[in-house]
Amino acid sequence: MNKAIAVFTKESFLVPVIAIILGLLVGAIAMLAGGFNPILAYTALVEKVFGSAYNFGETIRQITPLIFTGLAVAFAFRTGLFNIGAEGQFIVGMVAATTVGVAFELPAIIHAPLAILAGAIAGGLWGSVAGYLKAKRGVNEVITSIMMNWIALYLANWVMNSFFVPKGQQRSEMVHDSAIITITWLSQMFDNARLHWGTLIAVLAAIFFYVIMWKTRTGYELRAVGLNPHASEYAGMNVNRNVIKAMFISGLFAGIGGAAEILGVFHYQAILTAQPGYGFDGIAVALIGGNTPIGVILGAILFGILSFGAAGIKFTAGVPVELIRVVIASVIFFVAAHGIVKVFVKPILKKKEGGN
Amino acid sequence: MRGITKRFPGIVANDNISFSVKKGEIHALLGENGAGKSTLMNVLFGLYQPEEGEILINEKPVKITSPNVANELGIGMVHQHFMLVETFTVTENIVLGNEPKSGLQIDIKKAVKAVEELSNQYGLKVDPNAKIEQISVGMQQRVEILKTLYRGADILIFDEPTAVLTPQEINELIEIMQSLVKEGKTIILITHKLKEIMAVCDSVTIIRRGKVIDSLKVKDTNPDDLAAKMVGREVNFSVDKQEAQPKGPILQVENVVTRGNRGVNALNGISFEVRSGEILGIAGVDGNGQSELIEVLTGLRKADSGRVLLNGKDITNHTPRDISESGLSHIPEDRHKRGLVLDFTMSENMVLETYFHPTFNKNGFLDYAAIDKHAAKLIEEFDVRTPSIHTPARALSGGNQQKAIIAREVDKNPDLLIAAQPTRGLDVGAIEFIHRRLVDQRDKGKAVLMLSLELDEIINVSDRIAVIYEGKIVGIVDAKSTTEQELGLMMSGGNRKQGGGTDE
Repeated sequence: MNKAIAVFTKESFLVPVIAIILGLLVGAIAMLAGGFNPILAYTALVEKVFGSAYNFGETIRQITPLIFTGLAVAFAFRTGLFNIGAEGQFIVGMVAATTVGVAFELPAIIHAPLAILAGAIAGGLWGSVAGYLKAKRGVNEVITSIMMNWIALYLANWVMNSFFVPKGQQRSEMVHDSAIITITWLSQMFDNARLHWGTLIAVLAAIFFYVIMWKTRTGYELRAVGLNPHASEYAGMNVNRNVIKAMFISGLFAGIGGAAEILGVFHYQAILTAQPGYGFDGIAVALIGGNTPIGVILGAILFGILSFGAAGIKFTAGVPVELIRVVIASVIFFVAAHGIVKVFVKPILKKKEGGN
Repeated sequence: MRGITKRFPGIVANDNISFSVKKGEIHALLGENGAGKSTLMNVLFGLYQPEEGEILINEKPVKITSPNVANELGIGMVHQHFMLVETFTVTENIVLGNEPKSGLQIDIKKAVKAVEELSNQYGLKVDPNAKIEQISVGMQQRVEILKTLYRGADILIFDEPTAVLTPQEINELIEIMQSLVKEGKTIILITHKLKEIMAVCDSVTIIRRGKVIDSLKVKDTNPDDLAAKMVGREVNFSVDKQEAQPKGPILQVENVVTRGNRGVNALNGISFEVRSGEILGIAGVDGNGQSELIEVLTGLRKADSGRVLLNGKDITNHTPRDISESGLSHIPEDRHKRGLVLDFTMSENMVLETYFHPTFNKNGFLDYAAIDKHAAKLIEEFDVRTPSIHTPARALSGGNQQKAIIAREVDKNPDLLIAAQPTRGLDVGAIEFIHRRLVDQRDKGKAVLMLSLELDEIINVSDRIAVIYEGKIVGIVDAKSTTEQELGLMMSGGNRKQGGGTDE
């Protein structure tokens, strides 16, 4: 029992929890200021997410890509890189999966894995471009990766329009059934919510993240380079190669996320009018999750619930989506601003010490 | 200062410290690294607020809440690392933030005159119109002193002022300090060098582990006594060692030329060799190519021409890993920048250069059990004080971090060990230990190349001493027969006039 209490009063656990509560409070104030009832709004959020099997399933659908992009950002972060390009890597993952899914006809046992693999590698290569420019030319990866997002967006639309979108349509042809990774029986259980194997892959990816980062020689090098490139150079590691490698692996995660979205959810790729946004939300997810794999999963769950539940808030309490983004932004703000939150955490920790 | 207590999370940096400095004296604050000297001075200078205790100046209690308040109270600090704008002139640097104005413009003439007057009054001989980047380090330090005087300081705090100076410059600094005191200023000197205290100070306060051990007159004490009080046990200063038994050359450096970070040649055709069974010390004033030399030898910097041979094998411009695997170990001069990944655990740090060896690396997976075992062995053997092998390196004291690096490097059993400033910032206890290890390496028939800015260390530990000046070896002398004066002269290029205005 004492152990359980210790876990719950640990700072690494308390800070995000309190940040979330503070964020929700600030969100409530914003809603009050706008003349809306925050209690009604938060109740609506919970009802929306947990109210029906379909919505619960869709929430999981919403969470899945966030795990992927969260892992992508967190992985880069652990190696000293700030990958803002998960968005673009996600998009090229979608394109690669669509291409393989539409253009090839193969048995399912090969087709789906191949499409996912294509998405992964496309995302990885896309990420490693930013890594290469950083390593060889010293260009800041923040700049390049964010620009690569726009290149990815328009490149994706060009590829779709040129090869896969039938005339007069706004979306590609459907991918072949053999490439689809939707779990039909599970979807049926959840009233046709779009559930797919991608969620399982996301969890496996988180495990892969952990193993690579903390159990292998590669991870040792990546972490050393991220924490202290000078010492790594001294120790004979190839700093440049590790930067490229880190961005490649980071991009892999985002690329699989994009592929899973196509193969599991939509089964086609639409012409994009804007960035899908998963990449950017991934930054917040990684931040909330403290750049650990388990934290990323929890962060993605929170984020997925908030953004999917937003529809409920809008419908039931009449709160506009913009205000709901304010709530989400406040949560991120407080997670990022550790210092402020620690002021609130301190009394709790003090009390605990006093209790001993 | 009375009953000053300053706590940081987990430690009490200053524990009820009281000491007093009399007007017009030079008072030394002596202590090992991490003893709490700097914390105490930062409290006095207003950078930290003490939890308990009070500060009295001229018997009046004062609250020093910021460095600005300290300045107003007449307290000035000469930092170890100078805070000067390189491209500004001496005068501009001195008046910065406190400029005499005529209308909206800075009255630079008036400023120059003020600086000149101050400079003459204390015998500092600084040219007020010289650019900082053109004057020597010793001169730059005088500019720092003038900065505090210009702001009306009566109490000057010197933080390790001699660390960057040549022996001649140190003598001049001592003269300056004495003339400052003659003019009625009070000086607090932070140092761990006993010789300086004996030479210049009136009284000394010794701090150990955040507590005042003793406060006494310098004329009533001696270096051995001070060292014992500082460390808490008897210390052996001179390094016991047998006559060196040098054999064949291990490292041969032939006419190596390389450019420094500014694009000009940092090494100008340097040549020397290190033989097995000897310690070659390289003496020189900071910035004469020492850092670049080490970087070229270890593969961290490319040589433009020349050759480096290790055991007769050409290793010029090979990769750091290749060189390391060829039998060269390197104790880097900046342990935080190069030597350790501070956020790695001690265990992870102990295999920084060997993690890929089959002992630790099984098909791409690291055997953390083997790594931990290895780390535990080294930490035990080299007496590294750490709470556990899984403690991050950041949490250890400088001395223990350095011991850990030495453990790692010596354990590689290198033919050549390069030790760059191996004892910088360490206390006498740790210094003794490290010197012992270097001599052990030598006695095992290995070669040791040591670079240090501390002449005492060079003379005590080395068998032969090579003096580096402007990227070249200007002479090699026998450590037993040389003197500080001889080395000092060679270090400054032999014919260079010291202390006279600008260089070049």
